[in-house]
Amino acid sequence: MSYSTTVDHEEHHDHPSGMLRWLTTTNHKDIGTMYLTFSLIMFMVGGAMIMAVRAELFQPGLQLMHPEFYNQLIGVHALVMIFAALMPAATGFANWMLPLQIGAPDMALPRLNNWGFWLLPPAAILLTLPFTLALFGIGDGAIATGWTFYAPLSVQGGIGVDFAIFAVHLLGISSVMGSINIIVTIFNMRAPGMTLMKLPLFAWGWLITAFLLIATIPVLAGAVTMLLTDRHFGTHFFDAAGGGDPILFQHLFWFFGHPEVYILLLPVWGFIPQILSTFARKPIYGYKAQVYSLCAIGVLSVVVWAHHFFTAGMPVPALLYFMYSTMAISLPLAVLFYCWIATIWRGSMTFETPMLFAIGWIILFGIGGLTGLVLADVAADAQYHHTYFVVAHFHYTLFAGGIMGIMAGVYYWLPKMTGHMYNEKLGKLHFWLTAISFNLTFIPQFFLGLAGMPRRIPDYALQFSEFNMISSIAAFTLGLTQLLFVYNIVSCARGGKKATDKVWEGSNGLEWTLPSPPPYHTFNEQPVIR
Amino acid sequence: MEKISAIASLSQLNRQLGYKLLVIVAMALAFAYGLVPLYDVLCRVTGLNGKTENVAVSAQSRVDSTRWVEVTFTSNVMPGLAWSFHPVQSSIRVHPGKIETVTFIARNMANETVAGQAVPSVSPGKASEYFKKIECFCFQRQDLKAGESREMPLRFYVSPDIPDDVKALTLSYAFYSAIK
Repeated sequence: MSYSTTVDHEEHHDHPSGMLRWLTTTNHKDIGTMYLTFSLIMFMVGGAMIMAVRAELFQPGLQLMHPEFYNQLIGVHALVMIFAALMPAATGFANWMLPLQIGAPDMALPRLNNWGFWLLPPAAILLTLPFTLALFGIGDGAIATGWTFYAPLSVQGGIGVDFAIFAVHLLGISSVMGSINIIVTIFNMRAPGMTLMKLPLFAWGWLITAFLLIATIPVLAGAVTMLLTDRHFGTHFFDAAGGGDPILFQHLFWFFGHPEVYILLLPVWGFIPQILSTFARKPIYGYKAQVYSLCAIGVLSVVVWAHHFFTAGMPVPALLYFMYSTMAISLPLAVLFYCWIATIWRGSMTFETPMLFAIGWIILFGIGGLTGLVLADVAADAQYHHTYFVVAHFHYTLFAGGIMGIMAGVYYWLPKMTGHMYNEKLGKLHFWLTAISFNLTFIPQFFLGLAGMPRRIPDYALQFSEFNMISSIAAFTLGLTQLLFVYNIVSCARGGKKATDKVWEGSNGLEWTLPSPPPYHTFNEQPVIR
Repeated sequence: MEKISAIASLSQLNRQLGYKLLVIVAMALAFAYGLVPLYDVLCRVTGLNGKTENVAVSAQSRVDSTRWVEVTFTSNVMPGLAWSFHPVQSSIRVHPGKIETVTFIARNMANETVAGQAVPSVSPGKASEYFKKIECFCFQRQDLKAGESREMPLRFYVSPDIPDDVKALTLSYAFYSAIK
């Protein structure tokens, strides 16, 4: 893809080469590749942090690190995984695939797109820099409040909190710009004849995600800005002495934080049906029902936030409202599960790696959803709150439901993006090792939580030793297994068996009508959809 | 030519929609800041978080001597304030409507004059609007000289309108280092 300067300038191939190409590119495929690469790197960084945490939890007592450092690791792990791994992965897919799926030549606002990506690396540096600074005696390390920034702890914390606040600002601006771009692209750039009800489900999932992002990210940005002014400029938003209220922070944070869960998952719910349909060789079941369910979940997700802090103290009517509204989300979600299963029902299925991930994803994400219903129960939540049960629950939703879904997407579209087939045997090995070690990591944590082991504490009572040891060994396996994933992706990008245009026998959609890999510019003449 | 102008108008349309969406972003940010006063009002109206009106009310005469309410006092000194602070009696039984006086004792253990501000909170939250203070040391900041100790009175009554099922309530004071 690099062109020497001596070559005659052709209009649309006149882009700089080397590093400058990536810095200045406004091409949706380039930017998508950068997002996905950045996401993969940060996934490994965030994973390395949690390996250290699991090593500390391998046995009771404090062996490897100070509790302060432990607190920093768990908080930054979460921030990195959510904001720097999962969200950029979804945005990367959106950049790569949305224009191809809806027959658009590029994203609607290409320069905004470039800016949106290049805010991410500085944000990642801001998040992790305090670790390095602390080595040189500057400050006391990264943010140690957990990813939730709860006041008053975050008001009292060290410079790591300030770094994290500015990182969240950058990440927020980046995702708001990405979202605006995606909404404009979907509304204005569709191929002639592609009505909203003919949109691929991936586009629908992203459309709702994008609206959720522009409505809730500013609330998070506002909350952390209030925190910043509380810390340094004498305001008292969260300081009871000055008439503020620390519980207000929890409301503001989770007003963003709960929709955020669906922001991470909706794009995945979008493309998983496409994968299921491809490998079951059947059309997607219940397209309309899925679209309406996605919309319903999007709306419900912004009115249920207080279930994250039932135990903070609330009037009973409020508890009941948040319990019932939370449980109501399971209804549209059940419709989605029904449609996913009905899509593969009696299909002629084959089990290539993307399909393995997609089916494993349905089962494991189902466990995540069901344990969420348990936590939504106000009476039960008092026991489960802030235990390892919660940790296991949200890893079933965000690792299985989020990251394993993303992995399905990676294997599904990688041949299209690179033009080469990945190593199928290695891919399957990656799936089985991931699925088994993931379950072995987190099933013990459900039981630890039920037995009362609190989360976010570096030490634990002796009776929890065995399950923690099992969980740690499985977590190390899970971590090492991801090296296979990286190896498979890198070797697929560098070469391998040539992929056909259609790649999969049952694939269906505009992106599969293009060559693999697609040329630098596609759909300059928009296709017409019947 | 036609195609070029079509592309130009499309990018104009894209920009316009982008700016419209930016307005939603600005509104969401304003909403976040708007939630601050909104939340405060909501707490005061519903008694959420046990927030009580921190102003003096005048006494009223109706006393419901058929009922007892147990009022428990707790005290906290927040970090950054070198005081000791506790109620003289930890709880008291009152008839709703009857005015009672209790005393808290605060002592400054620092060797300089320090100002503190007490912030009250009532639990359960639904009782907070029925807890009426006539005179309280929490209405203004308290200056204590080095080593000084002070008896601070609280005159209050529990409104007779308090729901029947509230048999006990807790009044908690947190003393903060006063804001300069």
